[in-house]
Amino acid sequence: MSGNAALAEAAILSGCTHYFGYPITPQNELTEYMAMRMPGAGGVFIQSESEIAAINMVLGASVAGARSMTSSSGPGMSLKQEGVSYLVADELPAVIVNMMRGGPGMGNISAAQSDYFQATRGGGHGDYRTVVLAPGSVQELTEVVPLAFDLADKYRSPVIILGDGMLGQMMEPVDFDGLVRPADYDKSWALTGARGRPAQAIHSLIFDTRLQEEHNWKLQRKFRLIERDEVRYETYLADDAEMIVVAYGSGARIARGAIKRLREENLKVGMIRPVTLWPFPMKALQEMAKTVRDFFVFEMSAGQMVEDVRLALEGQGRIHLYGRPGGVVPTPVELYRIVSRHYHQAR
Amino acid sequence: MKTVYARPKLLKEAHFHYCPGCGHGVVNRLLMEVIEEMDLAGDAICVAPAGCGMLLYNYFEIDVVEAAHGRGAAVATGVKRVRPRNLVFSYQGDGDLAAIGAAEGLHAANRGENITVIFVNNGVYGMTGGQMAPTTLLDQVTTTTPTGRDAALAGHPVRICEVFSMLDGASYLERVAVNRPAAVVKAKKAIAKAFRRQLDGAGFSLVEILSPCPVNWKMGPLEACRWIDEVMVKQFPLGVFKEVPC
Repeated sequence: MSGNAALAEAAILSGCTHYFGYPITPQNELTEYMAMRMPGAGGVFIQSESEIAAINMVLGASVAGARSMTSSSGPGMSLKQEGVSYLVADELPAVIVNMMRGGPGMGNISAAQSDYFQATRGGGHGDYRTVVLAPGSVQELTEVVPLAFDLADKYRSPVIILGDGMLGQMMEPVDFDGLVRPADYDKSWALTGARGRPAQAIHSLIFDTRLQEEHNWKLQRKFRLIERDEVRYETYLADDAEMIVVAYGSGARIARGAIKRLREENLKVGMIRPVTLWPFPMKALQEMAKTVRDFFVFEMSAGQMVEDVRLALEGQGRIHLYGRPGGVVPTPVELYRIVSRHYHQAR
Repeated sequence: MKTVYARPKLLKEAHFHYCPGCGHGVVNRLLMEVIEEMDLAGDAICVAPAGCGMLLYNYFEIDVVEAAHGRGAAVATGVKRVRPRNLVFSYQGDGDLAAIGAAEGLHAANRGENITVIFVNNGVYGMTGGQMAPTTLLDQVTTTTPTGRDAALAGHPVRICEVFSMLDGASYLERVAVNRPAAVVKAKKAIAKAFRRQLDGAGFSLVEILSPCPVNWKMGPLEACRWIDEVMVKQFPLGVFKEVPC
């Protein structure tokens, strides 16, 4: 299956009943799969008039208590940011997929990781964060989807799945057998009509300045809790490594190929692959910095994730960067050469 | 003693934030009267806007969600698609529906989304202090049309009922006013009909309500009510623009 279709199927198996989306490449297989599959699954598919409408339909469905989702790519994600900000402020769960492409502007449809800042820094207006999950394979895409719906419901906040055109469109075998539909959380906050209970409201307008600050602190406490409990990452050949590559998503796949070659030459290079880009595995990197001096950041953007690595290491270790902005996807051989050069220079 | 006039139970005992002579209070009351009379308090879900109607949850004893500016029809779509048996209506002003949310409103109508839009048209941006709305009349003075709205510069007033009447998905469209007792009675009937039709599954309904905004029109309340009859209805004639049999 393509990553996009696998993601859509995983969403339905995870209990997503409402999908709203607007076509944009390279994620159209996801929207098309939903159009085909959702009605038979008893759910709702609407092709919206815009990305803005899609995210607001998601918000409405979430208000009414449904597991809802939308998906897009860079330019469309920019339009969705208004809705993401409202979802956070209203404390509403939702899952939003961004299959990144090269930007800024129209850019092109080849894979890139150019929306790292937008995804991990909030993206819309206001002081907030969203959980960002960055799978590295089609199989892992299907694994982060139930996790995304679970975290969204658990924390009552939108969760972003950050893939890219390569991950979305590549075909790989997928096994859905292990997919467990996330448990249902209490949704007594949902608007269902005030039958047998007092009327309730969901809004983010808070006129009283003190109450506004209080609400913001409440959100911030939630973000701290997420930072404490929800960090996820994977390591690869890291135990004896003298240089650690930091890469995520498709970038990590490329890095894995490069590291295999480096290991064949007995260069002690390993990897840490953040699965949650926010919260970022700060402590894991700090631990590694106790024994490893060199950290090689590889990203398909000019230097966004490297800022989180710097923040994590707080001046420890040496940071090397190979960041390639949207356009051409680097090859494992190319990365192998560059890491190898840095490795030898560092010795 | 017989009670002939009382506050609808669904209208909370809160002070309206509306300016003196504003029509929003009348529309708010009508909505709660209709929902109470139709016994829909446990079914209704209101989508409140940004703008003068943004505090509806402080006044309505029904479930309310606040939408971002212009997104009411999209949010209502999401709610309704999850809860098709509930009465779902969005409450939107002229800037909200006819400018920033024109796409969301038009496409909800075009899909025949089984929701109701209560569209309060007072020809001006009230909450932000009296700027030009898409429905501001030609030559009308606002803070952003200080010498009057000039079509060459700012285009023409948008007639939502007329525009939406061209959409096959729209099922019921009526323009009413709340400037005179008789008009208010008609407005209430239109709201009740729109809600009844939604419950019958007739599809998209919209009630446009011409509403006075004396403060931003720089008029007295009575003068504002007269201005609707004498000037505003020439651009926005009252009546039913579409009623598909159901």
